[in-house]
Amino acid sequence: MMAAQTMRRAVALAAGLVFGLGLVISDMVDPARVRAFLDVFGAWDPTLIFVMGGAMAVSFVGWRVAERRSDALLGGALPGWPGDRVDGRLVGGSALFGIGWGLVGICPGPALVALSASGAPGFALFFAAMLAGMALWTHALARMGGRRAASSPG
Amino acid sequence: MDWLLGLLGGALIGAAAAAMLLLNGRIMGASGILGGLLARARPGDWVERLQFLAGMLAAPLVYRALGGRIEVSVTDASGLLIAAGLLVGIGTRMGSGCTSGHGVCGMPRLSRRAWVAVPVFMVTAIATVALMRLI
Repeated sequence: MMAAQTMRRAVALAAGLVFGLGLVISDMVDPARVRAFLDVFGAWDPTLIFVMGGAMAVSFVGWRVAERRSDALLGGALPGWPGDRVDGRLVGGSALFGIGWGLVGICPGPALVALSASGAPGFALFFAAMLAGMALWTHALARMGGRRAASSPG
Repeated sequence: MDWLLGLLGGALIGAAAAAMLLLNGRIMGASGILGGLLARARPGDWVERLQFLAGMLAAPLVYRALGGRIEVSVTDASGLLIAAGLLVGIGTRMGSGCTSGHGVCGMPRLSRRAWVAVPVFMVTAIATVALMRLI
């Protein structure tokens, strides 16, 4: 039991490192690069499509393997199906996220990696505001309207 | 060359997602893992999340130690950064995911919610950049 927990933590550390290296190697850690992809009326840079294509292709294989199993290899259940419900929270939240992403070209993964890649104060400022926004949603906004937020897959 | 590095980096991101899924039974979503720390989570889960985030923070240091160069540029407009950070924080929690959770994990899983979320945030992001060109 103890060994499995240690293994899980080692896997998490290694996966975080590989995820971060992927963002660095693909240059998605650079907000200017990401904004160049979003800037379809400017000097459009298609790199992000290749990054997402490579990531989704490998991830797709992972999901097909997972479908044949009931448990994770280090124990515990595999993630349950998130449901097919498309509601205002999913659409509205994603729309807000996209606006913020477009404004400066930073999404949550690269926001973290950029913190240690660069000493530019802009990254620390964005990161602090992002955490504040997450806490604001979880502890205040989600409770408005009487419904509790569904558990987040990602 | 850029497209090749993009593909290679993307494959690494996908491999990390597959490892988290098959070994730990977790969905590798940056906003979910980060945001979960701000909610109430089990203590063991907490350490696993912190380990993942520590690995991400270590990546640029490892890359530089191996001789790699990283160049990034970001706006220095404080108001824009704060507004963007708040929107990304609120939006990813409200919409239950970001580029990694809905994009890298949800879409290949063929989750209907992810196939709605990703086009929505792609469209609003592209529209935002386009509108900023006009201002």
